[in-house]
Amino acid sequence: MTDQTTYLGMSLSIEENDVENREYFQHCSTHRFHLQSCCACGLLRYTPGNACPWCGNLELRWMPVEGRGAVHSYTEVRHVVQPGFKPHSPYLVLLVDLDTQKGIPTEHEALRVVGNLTDADGKLASPEVVKTVGIGTRVRMVFSDIEPGISIPQWTIDETAEQPKQAWRFPEG
Amino acid sequence: MTIEIGIDPSAYLRDKYAIVGVGETTYTRGSGKTTRAMAVQAVRNAILDAGLKPSQVDGMLAYQNGDACFSTPVAGDLGIHLNFYMDIFGGGSSVEALIGVAMGAIEAGMCKTVVIYRSMNGYSGVRIGWTGVRAARPVEGDALHNRVYGWTSAGQRYAMSFMRHMYDYGTTSEQVAAVKVAHSKHASNNPKALYRKRVTVEDVVNSRMVCAPLHLLDCCLETDNATAVVVTSVDRARDCRHVPALIAGVVGRACQPRTDMHLQYGPVSTSVGHYARERLWKAAGVGPEDIDVTGSYDAFTFTTMMQLEDYGFCKKGEGGDYVSNGTIELGGRRPNNTSGGALCEGYTHGVSMVIENVRQLRHDVDDSCPVGPDGHKQHTFDYREGGCRQVKDAQLSTNLGWAGPDKGSALVMRRGTR
Repeated sequence: MTDQTTYLGMSLSIEENDVENREYFQHCSTHRFHLQSCCACGLLRYTPGNACPWCGNLELRWMPVEGRGAVHSYTEVRHVVQPGFKPHSPYLVLLVDLDTQKGIPTEHEALRVVGNLTDADGKLASPEVVKTVGIGTRVRMVFSDIEPGISIPQWTIDETAEQPKQAWRFPEG
Repeated sequence: MTIEIGIDPSAYLRDKYAIVGVGETTYTRGSGKTTRAMAVQAVRNAILDAGLKPSQVDGMLAYQNGDACFSTPVAGDLGIHLNFYMDIFGGGSSVEALIGVAMGAIEAGMCKTVVIYRSMNGYSGVRIGWTGVRAARPVEGDALHNRVYGWTSAGQRYAMSFMRHMYDYGTTSEQVAAVKVAHSKHASNNPKALYRKRVTVEDVVNSRMVCAPLHLLDCCLETDNATAVVVTSVDRARDCRHVPALIAGVVGRACQPRTDMHLQYGPVSTSVGHYARERLWKAAGVGPEDIDVTGSYDAFTFTTMMQLEDYGFCKKGEGGDYVSNGTIELGGRRPNNTSGGALCEGYTHGVSMVIENVRQLRHDVDDSCPVGPDGHKQHTFDYREGGCRQVKDAQLSTNLGWAGPDKGSALVMRRGTR
């Protein structure tokens, strides 16, 4: 059965035959982040897919992955395209390098996991908090619970990590 | 991972094919026409510009994003008897790739002369910025990992690469604003351009923020229009009306080693030109230093800058300086998008930038210069507002088409002889 729900005015649907996304979001719904790992070469991959990007192998297993990392890049959205985001503007979209598998198998590769900046409960961050995050900020994964059984991974400031003296922010005049 | 990027030079078709006709409709915000009606008009203009009749064209290629009419009704309307046609999915970078595909189709004996078009109501129909009907589409499949985060429009998506470029190389908003400034100057000398007002760096950086680092004036227009080019062999080009724009080399939809929206394969501040440029310059037999005029796709000020840098027009990391030191302005060493491009002339997923360079190579750009007794423009090379936009003695041009930081196309054209 296709899972369907509504989130910020968007109709979300995880098709019955989309087994990769179904399993990904099943793990998310229990707040345990999992990624696919190649049975041949062992590399993890994101987003969920159908073969190993490095060796082409089809066999995979789902592995728990620690949701910690640092902001690699970001955008701060002020002009909202999707109407449901309007009450939450400005919001951040973060491209986060996971600590796990960073620089593997080559220097500039990483598991770069996208999410919004949220508070620890997975609610989109306030404008005051948005101002404090930039490239280099240490973040940890939390989840936005959309409805029982459907959650999406998000990022919040990692209070336990040592933060850079000043995260790099887009300079505004 | 090692990827074999070289090909046998005997496979190159350098200077064996040419663009012989170009045409467009008026750039508007609110065309009041169907995409079919506009396509017919642009295709007809391009064929007539070539000095051909519709019955002399037998191939057609079109691209769209589920937002335009297909080739067959356009051919039907114009009485074009097709031996070959294809409608493909895509936006920016499609036109350069399809020029290569047209060469291949002719080389394979499938047809003799191909018209390529893009027709879109990008303002009044399916909006390119993803507002309206697009934003309402259900979120499923891959979109569960992007649109669900309010990461949807081209600007929002590419901002990751732009922001990281600023971080890695110290590129500033003021530097990339110079792209908009240059293109606005060019547009002020282009009677066809929708936005002909010259702007300043301050105008750009003081315009409202859309999604950092993109201000409103860092973003291109959304417009309604159709555009078309005609490709044929150099032998047939001799019977056409204009000096042909020979196709020296083409790279079609080249990709980074791993193509994905989430930029797993870095550096994130490097775009596909870094991987495609060796093919391009080898195929064309020239290098960036030989090029007189460029058409680096300006969906955003940043796309122009990043591509010029990654295709080797300057050193990696120096794109901000390259686009702000006068090089890309008319009168500079290598002007970019002399029509005003997508930032100022109108948005048509790249065809207009190829059209402009064809006209540059003909030495017959349609600016406000007077027409002489030979029927050609008497270019003054005075680039002040409302004046000339012809590049003096343009011999070689390059178009750099952007489909994303991870995929793109490129084209080198050379002025031919009659």
